[in-house]
Amino acid sequence: MSNPAPQPTAAAPEPTQVADATEAVVVREVERIFPGAKGATVTALTGIELTVHGGEFVSLIGPSGCGKSTLLRLIADLDEPTAGDIRVFGKTARQARVEQAYGIAFQQAGLLPWRSVAANIELPLQLHGMGAADRRARVAELLDLVGLADFAKHYPDQLSGGMQQRVAIARSLAERPRLLLMDEPFGALDEMTRERMQTELLRIRAETGAAVVFVTHSIPEAVYLSDRVVVMSPRPGRITAEIDVRLGEAGERGEDLREDAAFFEGVTAVREALHGPAAAAAAPRGVDVR
Amino acid sequence: MTTTTPAIRRARRWRVVLWGALGLIALAAVWELYKLVGPADGWLIGAQEGVTGSGIRLLPRTSDQAMPHAWEMFTRAAEPVTRAPGALPLGAVVLLAALVSLGVAALGWLVGVIVGFGLALLMLGFRIAERAVLPFVILSQTVPLIALAPLIRNWGSRLEFGAFSWESWMSVVVIASYLAFFPVAVGALRGLQSPDAAHLDLMRSYAAGWWPTLFRLRLPASVPFLIPALRLAAANAVVGTVVAEISVGFTGGIGRLILETAVAASSDPAKPWAPILGAVLLGLVAAGFVALLAAFLSPFRRQETVA
Ligand SMILES: Nc1ncnc2c1ncn2[C@@H]1O[C@H](COP(=O)(O)OP(=O)(O)O)[C@@H](O)[C@H]1O
Ligand SMILES: [Mg+2]
Repeated sequence: MSNPAPQPTAAAPEPTQVADATEAVVVREVERIFPGAKGATVTALTGIELTVHGGEFVSLIGPSGCGKSTLLRLIADLDEPTAGDIRVFGKTARQARVEQAYGIAFQQAGLLPWRSVAANIELPLQLHGMGAADRRARVAELLDLVGLADFAKHYPDQLSGGMQQRVAIARSLAERPRLLLMDEPFGALDEMTRERMQTELLRIRAETGAAVVFVTHSIPEAVYLSDRVVVMSPRPGRITAEIDVRLGEAGERGEDLREDAAFFEGVTAVREALHGPAAAAAAPRGVDVR
Repeated sequence: MTTTTPAIRRARRWRVVLWGALGLIALAAVWELYKLVGPADGWLIGAQEGVTGSGIRLLPRTSDQAMPHAWEMFTRAAEPVTRAPGALPLGAVVLLAALVSLGVAALGWLVGVIVGFGLALLMLGFRIAERAVLPFVILSQTVPLIALAPLIRNWGSRLEFGAFSWESWMSVVVIASYLAFFPVAVGALRGLQSPDAAHLDLMRSYAAGWWPTLFRLRLPASVPFLIPALRLAAANAVVGTVVAEISVGFTGGIGRLILETAVAASSDPAKPWAPILGAVLLGLVAAGFVALLAAFLSPFRRQETVA
């Protein structure tokens, strides 16, 4: 990297506000510039300010290339910002990663094909030295949670896309993280599977009480799942709007909510924030405009 | 869904054996057929009348001298090597020699695999090593074996400390491993670098260091690349052993036997074919061994598919 991220040191001035450990994620003035071809640069993110409260479900939505994945990777410390500061539960992103403060899932389930379902879920526990008996018990719990108890000995290539993604979610929950980072986890699934997985995710989230940062480019998905939708726009990637949509307690949101007037209001609000009021009015109601 | 029951797998294995046997019979049939219909003196173009050795031979002679019957080769193998009293059957001598060569080749293969894998790990761990070592690894294979054999024998003979002294079979092992390490180094490096970015990100999110990432991710992921490399290394080790035995002057192996029996070709035409078939058998055993290894590692050859 040509531009290493500034590492917080003892000598560096602390951010004015004391890092609040009750906030799941605090992003301050974050910028990420990628070196491009022939000395040009790509400003993937600029001036990002975002706070995710403990237990809150926040969706990041925006067109392709607006920096959603980049922002998620910065929070996960899979990449480092060129400027700004990121805190996860009051710690630096790096410290949070090392301490396994978050679980992560991507668009591709990313299961290891040579490991059975149970062994895949077990991977993080194994890497962190949990004993075999404890591991077995935890894996059984997680398999129940995602409804795959009968598939423990199956291999990823024997599962449907939806089942693979459920395994990935179980794996991300293995360490009981208080924060879940998800990058279009249902993006590769068909619509029916997708809606079922959304309802399931809400149930899981209600059971675990974890905060979620959820990247998507589906407006209905964002509205159905989120407490708050963060709208982003590209070139350069920045946050343009934040919309509170909270349609009810996570555990109480059912399928019928998708036909509720409040749901359509939320969809319209997000669509207007994304495309401007005129474009939103022209589009028929209730249709997915991904 | 892929479901392979043990019964299906067993049936498949038998089918492989059956096809192998059929291939062998077909080869013998082609041999005999050509011997039957081919011109007795082969086929030459541009040959001058009365000048022996002129012209280019495009088809081999079919005389019993040049092409003994397939069954003669088999019966010859059952007869004693020489007319000396108490001589072992030719077949037994060939098998013993093949066993010696197999041991030497196996050792060469093992050394080659260890060295090749070590180099791959080094190149994986240090980007600089990849740039510095890889060209030499590739270059090493352009040195002809014939040039190498006397050098190695020479260097080896100067090594002598205490009870240890360099034996000629050690030169053969070195040459066999020299040919075997190359596919392993290249194949293992590709395999170790094969995990996609998402899997590496995942390991990073688990704060897994270099070694855990190696053992839990890179090594298992390298298996599909490693198996063809090991097979190639086995073939190279066998060829290297046979050729090196001849050029180093190691007696007792199949390579030497090929050379010795070739001398007898004019009086005993079926004899030289026995060690040649022995060398083929050696190759088959080596290939079979790697196939066994591959079967053992088959869980790591599963591929993730998005249904
Ligand atoms: N590793 C990288 N190197 C260079 N440019 C990158 C890299 N990752 C992302 N980008 C650029 O950053 C921008 C945002 O990418 P991304 O975060 O993947 O968008 P999104 O997930 O919203 O579709 C894009 O213009 C992309 O080309
Ligand atoms: Mg993305």
